[in-house]
Amino acid sequence: MIPSLAAEASTSTSRTLTITLFLVFVAITLGITIWASRQTKTATDYYAGGRSFSGFQNGMAIGGDYMSAASFLGIAGLIALYGYDGFLYSIGFLVAWLVALLLVAEFLRNSGRYTMADVLAFRMRQRPVRTAASVSTIVVSIFYLIAQMVGAGALVSLLLGIKPDTTFLGMDADTAKIATIILVGALMIVYVVVGGMKGTTYVQIVKAFMLMSGALLMVILVLAHYKFNLSALLGDAAEQSGKGSAFLEPGLRYGVETAGDAAKTFYSKMDLLSLGIALVLGTAGLPHILTRFYTVPTSRIARKSVLWAIGIIGTFYLFTLALGFGAAALVGGKAITAQDKAGNTAAPQLAQALGIDYLGGETGGAVLLAVIAAVAFATILAVVAGLTLASSSSLAHDFYASVVKRGEASERDEVRVARIAAFVIGAIAIVLSIFAQSLNVAFLVALAFAVAASGNLPAILYSLFWKRFNTSGALWAIYGGLTSAVVLVFFSPVVSGSATAMFPDSDWHWFPLNNPGIISIPVGFLCGWIGTVISKESDADKYAELEVRALTGHGAH
Amino acid sequence: MTTEATTTEKYLAVQQSDEFAGLRRKLRNFVFPMTVAFFLWYALYVLLSAYARGFMAVKLVGNINIALLLGLLQFVSTFTIAWYYSRYAARELDPIADKIGSELDTAAGVTRPGAATTPDDPEPEAAK
Repeated sequence: MIPSLAAEASTSTSRTLTITLFLVFVAITLGITIWASRQTKTATDYYAGGRSFSGFQNGMAIGGDYMSAASFLGIAGLIALYGYDGFLYSIGFLVAWLVALLLVAEFLRNSGRYTMADVLAFRMRQRPVRTAASVSTIVVSIFYLIAQMVGAGALVSLLLGIKPDTTFLGMDADTAKIATIILVGALMIVYVVVGGMKGTTYVQIVKAFMLMSGALLMVILVLAHYKFNLSALLGDAAEQSGKGSAFLEPGLRYGVETAGDAAKTFYSKMDLLSLGIALVLGTAGLPHILTRFYTVPTSRIARKSVLWAIGIIGTFYLFTLALGFGAAALVGGKAITAQDKAGNTAAPQLAQALGIDYLGGETGGAVLLAVIAAVAFATILAVVAGLTLASSSSLAHDFYASVVKRGEASERDEVRVARIAAFVIGAIAIVLSIFAQSLNVAFLVALAFAVAASGNLPAILYSLFWKRFNTSGALWAIYGGLTSAVVLVFFSPVVSGSATAMFPDSDWHWFPLNNPGIISIPVGFLCGWIGTVISKESDADKYAELEVRALTGHGAH
Repeated sequence: MTTEATTTEKYLAVQQSDEFAGLRRKLRNFVFPMTVAFFLWYALYVLLSAYARGFMAVKLVGNINIALLLGLLQFVSTFTIAWYYSRYAARELDPIADKIGSELDTAAGVTRPGAATTPDDPEPEAAK
């Protein structure tokens, strides 16, 4: 057989297998979703999975909710192309969990009910604060959703091996992209509308299990290849990268030093600091992460679930280190960028290479590639379902029930609206993603973290720990942090004025950094403080209730 | 709902009690300094990555350099702080929180743990 035919045949085997495995995942998760829908009767079931999950289950689900395609494919790709700097990125994602563990998870679980706004609005005027929280929840979630769905569309032709001039089921690469966005969107709507939190949680648990198993298998193969000698792996990766030992040091991607351009170097380094801060402070302000703490019976189990999550997520990021350097060494940067400039295919390509070497030639390569591609789709699905659920819950519970109905909505009515909201938000996300699919929207994940860190986190921390905090402060913090992050990014090089921008042909940028966090996070905290001190309102009685409940668990839902 | 006023007084009384003040102090004296500590430790790591490239590039064993070691130490410190906090909380915080909480629960006529279906929720509906 001539090699190209062999490659052709393996692409076809791999493609069939990827689709089969993905369909198996979809069938299993849909089965679980239907089962979950039968268990979903009350609002607590729909919003919080009946608060019946164990610490380990919720820890897995948090991992499934958090480890997005940006983590799995993105970080592995970053490491494969830029070496050490990809690792730097994952560290921010992990350390962030300490903020959630020490300052947020248990108190939120004790004093809230279904959404982030339950805590923010606890001692405030309900309608304005819930409106603000709802706006911020939906903005963060939609940014994140679009990034994930456009990512799914971009991946499909790579993972299924659809080349620019060939077709698949009669679809060319562009049609397949749009079809994937619609399929992913439709599935996430079904998971959320039908299965609610219970269904979504199980989807995330199954995904986390698949992701960890798939990654572990690859890590073992990579390390076995180097006889479990980490130094040898690193040395080979550095050599193959053609960048030598610089590949194992910070500076190829973030904080790049441009000789002779002091300003550019300065801004590049500020950008690195800005990104680092947003990653660490953003996690504990992400609504789809916060709502996960409500799915367990007590705050102590919420604590336990964060401990599990830290263990699972930390282990996973250690895996990506081996995957990324493994891809750099065994696949090579040239072969990766030939497939995808951003490096998102590094992990699947590594799977193929490992399969060929260790699992019986071309067929083995096709099988392992298919497994990892299916895992990647499962990863995206679980994350988008979590995002849709969080935003629809906020729309129904915060906006509809408290703002529109002024707290008079029945539980049934609220859940009905939540389901409609999930459908509408899902549909909007599909339309926006199709519109945005040809644009470079990878920055939206970092923007979601920046908004969460600038608007939500200051409001949450002030709410829990500052007695004087009030309605005005909460509104200033949320709107101030949200606006400053979004405006700065809009006028940054990621939106216009650079080759990799969302609109590369226009230039209206004046903000020099790609990441707004270093400015917008202090602005969020400052706004919260100013908003508080300029208003006389302060409810010491309600703060007493909040504090006692948050710390003791009395009256927890 | 009719017990609203007395409920508020009850919370204020608990909040002002020495026992609760002790719980709050033990909690805040742990979580605030720890947050500052891990944030500074992380910031130091990021700053070194940005501005001390020569130092980060020093090779320790084979191809393992200081940058990789410090990165891995961030994992170690994160795991350690998480474990240490859970142990501290279980020993120092949970017993006091349980005592105050169960006294409040008894007064309100509810049973612990996981009072998911609190029958006499003291909150007005709009506050949920």
